[in-house]
Amino acid sequence: MAEQDVLLTVERLTTVFDLPSGTVPAVDDISFEVRHGETLGLVGESGSGKSVTAFSIMRLVQPPGRVRSGHIRFRGRDLLELSEREMCEVRGADISLIFQEPMTALNPVFTIGDQLREALLVHRNATRREATARAIELLEAVRIPGAASRIGDYPHQLSGGMRQRVIIAMAIACRPALVIADEPTTALDVTIQAEILALLREMKTAFNLSLLLITHDLGVIAETADHVAVMYAGRIVEYGPVREVFREPKHPYTRGLLASLPTGKPGKRLNAIEGTVPILGALPPGCAFNPRCPDRFGPCTAAPPDDYDVGAGRTAKCYLHDPRAASTESRATSREPRVPSSEPRAPTNAPR
Amino acid sequence: MPLVEVSHLVKHFARDHGLFRSGTIVKAVDDVSFSIETGETFGLVGESGSGKTTTGRCVLRLVEPTSGSVRFRDEDVLGFSKSRMREARRHMQIVFQDPYSSLNPRMRARQIVEEPLIIHGLGDRTARAERVRQLFGLVGLDAAHLNRFPHEFSGGQRQRIGLARALALNPSFLVLDEPVSALDVSVQAQVVNLLMDLQQQLMLTYLFIAHDLRLVEHICSRVAVMYLGKIVEMGPTSSLFAAPQHPYTRALLSAIPIPDPDVPPRRIQLDPANIDRNAALREISAGHFAAV
Repeated sequence: MAEQDVLLTVERLTTVFDLPSGTVPAVDDISFEVRHGETLGLVGESGSGKSVTAFSIMRLVQPPGRVRSGHIRFRGRDLLELSEREMCEVRGADISLIFQEPMTALNPVFTIGDQLREALLVHRNATRREATARAIELLEAVRIPGAASRIGDYPHQLSGGMRQRVIIAMAIACRPALVIADEPTTALDVTIQAEILALLREMKTAFNLSLLLITHDLGVIAETADHVAVMYAGRIVEYGPVREVFREPKHPYTRGLLASLPTGKPGKRLNAIEGTVPILGALPPGCAFNPRCPDRFGPCTAAPPDDYDVGAGRTAKCYLHDPRAASTESRATSREPRVPSSEPRAPTNAPR
Repeated sequence: MPLVEVSHLVKHFARDHGLFRSGTIVKAVDDVSFSIETGETFGLVGESGSGKTTTGRCVLRLVEPTSGSVRFRDEDVLGFSKSRMREARRHMQIVFQDPYSSLNPRMRARQIVEEPLIIHGLGDRTARAERVRQLFGLVGLDAAHLNRFPHEFSGGQRQRIGLARALALNPSFLVLDEPVSALDVSVQAQVVNLLMDLQQQLMLTYLFIAHDLRLVEHICSRVAVMYLGKIVEMGPTSSLFAAPQHPYTRALLSAIPIPDPDVPPRRIQLDPANIDRNAALREISAGHFAAV
């Protein structure tokens, strides 16, 4: 993949929260790229660090949180090195963010027209008349019926789905290159969710956008994203093209998530992942998933695994794919429950 | 004889006069009838505002219905006196959606689970403590955590506490109002498995209220689809999912994102003009009804 195809590069990003109990990493040394025109899905459960990743890219992490290290390169510039003033120009104009809650993301005391115009007046030096005309165009683009007459409406006069359309209109108002959508459909009903996802896809093509889509819903990822990064406890544990990852997940966590979904076989027990998501600050030693992992063996509890190349542009943070580990091949393909690990199956010298 | 029989249930909420608005009536539940057989899981699905939660609450009289009838073990629940209703609640309980707001943060897990026993005057202190311990085991909680407060538990564990509380009185019927939708994906399956195990073990009957259709397909034997306060389709889960008849059911089923990148979404748009709001349910095939 040529360098110029890459729009956003996140490199070894670590964002921590300074809590009274100590400093905990919410995002722990993650790296990924978003290419021009692609949708990268970031999937994970609550507390996995996906929203903190979005906020870190936008430089909106509030104390006690802070970006501790890493680089966020966007069009050749490191966003972490920009002044706050420069960053303000990036937000909305180059990268925009769609929040989860269409109920709270809009200001209740301003009309949707005011809120749409604001972005245009700030970033585009438009006159008020131009801004109004553009605001109506945007509302038409996101398929709000009777756009010209709705521009004076207040948020409470709109349904949840319509509000999310307005937020999408605001996000694309200044023709950004990258839109980060943080759980854009979680608060919506399933039929409305389908409409909003279709709209996002349409806007992506129409405005030549790249999309970083954050969700916990594997179904949404499957139908919307090109690549997927699976997060667990602040780390990206698996990355690859959506089709390949869903077809043959390489990380036991991804495998467990996909297997736990209720598909087919009504009435049968679901294949639950045992245990619970670990609390940040009290992560188990080694791989954060190891206490819940059916494939745990020797090195898993010693040190966190590195990313291993698992082919076709894919990576997995799992010792099953460590070429140095003995009998990796047979272990990686085996889906048998874990054998009690009284005898270590692999060398104990972990990478790193 | 069905365990629960709901007929022509209606619940209207009056919206007060506002400064610039005259009072209006919201028909949250508008002539809903269904019955639940002993031991089955009956699903009630619909989107927000469809009236599914209000229906569930009316069945337990947590919300007083405007009209209609609810029969439980062939007795008229709506005709019960206050004390008779309290007695009946031993047999019919509810698990709420949000395990964060449905547990009193100032009470210890042990006290939360014990409270129904105290209210119903069951057992002495020792017997109650023993029962709480037993309930903890039943829902897969660690007895070492009896004295913890709700905030010390994860979402899945809190939902287990809510379940233990609901089971304390040995009910035969549970209303499960979106019991897993607030939980993480990897934890949902655990709670769903627990619900299925408990149903078998304790011969429970469930009214399962949900918007996650994949889950409903998985655990319900029959399902009713609500739209704007009415049941528009009802039938055995397999038949309803295989051959949905009502335009709303079709749109709803087609909107579920499928976690398989090789299955392209085939969305069916809902055109409200296509829906005859006055159509009555009629039997399409054995036990499968639709308002078309």
